[in-house]
Amino acid sequence: MIPRIYIPADSGALALGAEKVAKAIEKELRERGVEAKIVRNGSRGAYFLEPMVEVATDMGRIAYGPVKPSDVKSLFDSGFLTGGHHKRWLGSPDKIPFFAKQTRLTFARCGVIDPLSLDSYKSHGGLNGLQNAVAMAPADIVKQVTESGLRGRGGAGFPTGIKWKTVLDTAGSQKYIVCNADEGDSATFADRMIMEGDPFVLIEGMAIAGIATGATKGFVYIRSEYPHAVATMNKAVAIARRAGVLGPNVLGSPNAFDMEIRVGAGAYVCGEETSLLNSLEGKRGVVRAKPPLPAIQGLFGKPTVINNVISLASVPVIMDKGAAYYKDFGMGRSRGTIPIQIAGNVKHGGLFETAFGLTLGEIVDEIGGGTASGRPVKAVQVGGPLGAYFPRALFDTPFDYEEFAKRDGLIGHAGITVFDDSADMMKQARFAMEFCAIESCGKCTPCRIGSTRGMEVLDKVAAGIEAEKNLALVTDLCNTMKFGSLCALGGFTPYPVMSSITHFPEDFKPAPARVAAE
Amino acid sequence: MTMQAASTEIASRTAAIIDEMKGLEGPLLPILHSIQEEFGHVPKDALPVIADGLNLSRAEVHGVVSFYHDFRAQPAGRHVLKLCQAEACQSMGSEAVAAKVKQLLGIDFHETARDGSVTLEPVYCLGLCACSPSAMLDGEVIGRLDDEKIEEIVAEVRS
Repeated sequence: MIPRIYIPADSGALALGAEKVAKAIEKELRERGVEAKIVRNGSRGAYFLEPMVEVATDMGRIAYGPVKPSDVKSLFDSGFLTGGHHKRWLGSPDKIPFFAKQTRLTFARCGVIDPLSLDSYKSHGGLNGLQNAVAMAPADIVKQVTESGLRGRGGAGFPTGIKWKTVLDTAGSQKYIVCNADEGDSATFADRMIMEGDPFVLIEGMAIAGIATGATKGFVYIRSEYPHAVATMNKAVAIARRAGVLGPNVLGSPNAFDMEIRVGAGAYVCGEETSLLNSLEGKRGVVRAKPPLPAIQGLFGKPTVINNVISLASVPVIMDKGAAYYKDFGMGRSRGTIPIQIAGNVKHGGLFETAFGLTLGEIVDEIGGGTASGRPVKAVQVGGPLGAYFPRALFDTPFDYEEFAKRDGLIGHAGITVFDDSADMMKQARFAMEFCAIESCGKCTPCRIGSTRGMEVLDKVAAGIEAEKNLALVTDLCNTMKFGSLCALGGFTPYPVMSSITHFPEDFKPAPARVAAE
Repeated sequence: MTMQAASTEIASRTAAIIDEMKGLEGPLLPILHSIQEEFGHVPKDALPVIADGLNLSRAEVHGVVSFYHDFRAQPAGRHVLKLCQAEACQSMGSEAVAAKVKQLLGIDFHETARDGSVTLEPVYCLGLCACSPSAMLDGEVIGRLDDEKIEEIVAEVRS
């Protein structure tokens, strides 16, 4: 048997030198006259081990990492093609604690298979869900998704099945499935990983959504900062079309469904669903007032399902293994699994898919292993740039939509950024306002004007100008932004600002007092 | 080439792009991406041609082009270096990285070096948040920036 070597072509792995490692391995194979098949897989998500190279052996797959190009010669000398020992030897990936502790439903294949091999996809359970769906009545598919308890993984947490039901029940000459792959939140990379590592699961999920709601056309709107994901998705769509997974007869059924990949143009606000729809239509990405809901008047005024990548990519497993199987994972009203993305100043950063319910402390300290810098953790921002900063005192908060809301936070797209004690929370609060000012679409006043005024007032606090009075003003401004903005950009910017002020008041003392206190 | 000829040339190449893509649903963004790929920026002379081709007003086309950070009014340098300045990268010192790069290149964000070698831009998240601080050089991703990698990048864009 020809040995198989897996070298990730995931952006994160490439950013850490996977391409150079691949070149070095190819060169070594040539020079030694050894024949082997190189598979460019996605990443399994442990970025502290990337580039993680795997070989298929008689004992199953054996991983090595993080591999540097300079390790390659000695890897061959150690017989790594048959799993030989080496200082980079990690053993079976399934037994590496970071992976062993996970529950992989949505990401079951990511990093395991060749992302662009439909055969490989099928042999790992791919297309089972779609196969079941084509034999079902649309209402029954919607019912199964509703019963699974799946909620929008983009951040809003709206029940996916209910959205689908509205589109199914709305008459329309044309309906659309739009996948929101404008993953702009810092600390998030789950959408990128699945599009690069298992693109067919997203295609399958969208096809199921189409059949369930009577939509025949889909769009994936991917941000331009993800060129590798765009390239992989385009290739995967072409392959799926050739294989009859997409087209006039999905898997030989009478259902038609096809899709296109579209690329954003660097506007964060286009991650908001109505902005995204405007952008797809070729307009400025300004937010639309709701109602009408996109489910009733969405893309080009037609009934439209708009879901996040992970929501859609979680549908195939629900249609394959059943609603109850998925629903059994999780807690409270947060059912199933969530790919938590552990990022920033953290030792073991990466994607960790697990049932809802782990506490923030378990995620940061046990799974993440604390900070990369080795200094104490000061704050953790949960949910991207619009998420609250949590202090260590709130580390007992379980990862659950409602539990985070109770503590004036949100889980958003499940990205968490760890900061060590060198972080200045006044600076972070100011950045939240600055980011809102840069990215505001300009449609509503609280966001457009409020963010700039917020920066100015925080600058006054920093300069020690009537600090108390100005902090009260920021609080008032945040209240206006929270309740007066049209979308989450203006509406949620108060979360990082107010949580910084509430949990880290010592960072908001005027500069002279802070110096005196130190 | 005279100004007149350059403008005619832009118009005809733009018209060809529009012809090829106007059958798409919502064709404006794909057309603008193609134009930027063709010319390296979205030339002012292309806007009336787009407006004409898609039956839009010039104001509408200008509104769309100016809304999105990606579309340039001027050509960029030979290299485009984007440094992530979002929170995950901030937690790993992206501000210091940016300061160092700016000093080595002698330019600020949104500027192009005088010799046209490089344009420096901030970016808010490349999705490389578990390998911060990160950057993108001409579409290629780079993670865990340190002094050594910064110097390599600077040497590459200067060569």
